[in-house]
Amino acid sequence: MTPASAALTTATAAAGTHGFLSPTGVEIAFLLVGIATFGAALVTVTTKQLVHAALWLVATLGGLAVEYLLLTAEFIAWVQVLIYVGSVVVLLLFGLMLTKAPIGPSPDADSGNRWAALTVAVAAAGALVWVVVDAFRTTWIDLSGPASGSTKVTGASLFRYWVLPFEALSVLLLTALVGAIVLSRKAKADTTPTPAGTPTVPGSRREKEGAR
Amino acid sequence: MNGALDVALRLLAVFVVFLTFPLIVGQTEHKVMAHMQGRLGPMYAGGFHGWAQLIADGVKFAQKEDVVPTGADRRIFQLAPAVALLPYLLVLLVIPIGPSEGAVGQAVDAGIFFVLAVMGVGVLGSLMAGWASANKFSLLGGLRTAAQLLAYELPMLLAAASVAMAAGTVSLPGITAAFEWWWLPWQIIGALVFFVAGLAELQRPPFDMPVADSEIIFGAYTEYTGLRFALFLLAEYAGIIVLCGLTTVLFLGGWHGPWGAVGLGWLWTLVKTALLAFVVIWLRVTYPRLREDQLQKLSWTVLVPLALVQIALTGIVKVMIS
Repeated sequence: MTPASAALTTATAAAGTHGFLSPTGVEIAFLLVGIATFGAALVTVTTKQLVHAALWLVATLGGLAVEYLLLTAEFIAWVQVLIYVGSVVVLLLFGLMLTKAPIGPSPDADSGNRWAALTVAVAAAGALVWVVVDAFRTTWIDLSGPASGSTKVTGASLFRYWVLPFEALSVLLLTALVGAIVLSRKAKADTTPTPAGTPTVPGSRREKEGAR
Repeated sequence: MNGALDVALRLLAVFVVFLTFPLIVGQTEHKVMAHMQGRLGPMYAGGFHGWAQLIADGVKFAQKEDVVPTGADRRIFQLAPAVALLPYLLVLLVIPIGPSEGAVGQAVDAGIFFVLAVMGVGVLGSLMAGWASANKFSLLGGLRTAAQLLAYELPMLLAAASVAMAAGTVSLPGITAAFEWWWLPWQIIGALVFFVAGLAELQRPPFDMPVADSEIIFGAYTEYTGLRFALFLLAEYAGIIVLCGLTTVLFLGGWHGPWGAVGLGWLWTLVKTALLAFVVIWLRVTYPRLREDQLQKLSWTVLVPLALVQIALTGIVKVMIS
């Protein structure tokens, strides 16, 4: 047996058992993107410039979308970009601009409870990683077969096996929406009955409008 | 090797379209606007009816000094034009122009979602530019951009969802393939909502409140000069191509038409796209700019309800015919 063919047989054997020591290109890419995403997330929470934090959040969420793509979940990846990068971050930036986020570092951008935050973050990450690893211990995605994360497959499993959680979630979101409307109307009712004689303070009024 | 060559050729074709079509639309805009206003437009550059005017403009932009204001956030300021422009290049990749397999840069399974998601990212460029310029007019422009995007993203998504429901697929080639002529009256409300919301997302007149030149100079792009400014302009015209191409593919049947299936489909797509681009220019010449409150009102009280009506209509007809 020539060395080349020996190497070939070991490679196929490793691919057959999915050895951790001979990763495929996709796995390496997944790992690299994961490291980059983690780095962007770290910068998001440590940077002292508010708008930079929002933009690093874009990089983080985009990196997550790439991870979904590498896991063949195409639909989820695009929805991630559409909802989080396209809407949530735009809303964040809108809020930051409305409050005139300064260019350069904001000295009060640091919170006093960073250790508590770190503890909670590590605990949450630990719980999630433990659950996912426990659930999908030896599951491998078959890349050569039909895509397991296409829109059709996702839709079918969502509306066939997961309808109840899906509907429960939508009711939850509806509740949040109604709650937000109620709160904003309450704030409006508070601001309108100002006595005619007393001038309103511009600063406080602007703050309330920002909160709405 | 053959596969790699194929991919390279497709990417090259899309890139050439991306570089030339916006220029053609720009030159058409010069000429059409001029004739609608009773003048001639550019006549000298290049000799024949000023056809090289935009090339001359490009040379001029490239020669100008690239200024970054002292107070600006340097890196974000310089990055913003690229963030505004690149999404449109990505969207062009997935728009099918003909019925065959090879008539699309890259077929994407969830095409509609890809297109809308990536177009939303382009607006981040304007927001970055508005904030990083350290200029109050730029900041106002950025704020208006964000408010406009938040208002018009929803009706656009709903209209696109309606046509996806009708076709039973979210892939762009799939939707065009499923098109029948009677979809035109059936989806006409959705088509109008989609086109109007798309115009607003591109900040084209009459929805150009974020760059209103008589109020806030040029909005988020006030501080930009030279090539970076040219990139923002290019993004606007590439956006027109993308919006018109998408409306064609989703609502006007793309390559469908006489002899469309036997090889002339790409011509139909181009003709429909060009007609829509003409409408975009026409609207710019004819309509005055909407005020900020009118703009928000139009979206929330007209377009969103209309889009919901269209979705209901689509659902009812879909259930009846199946």
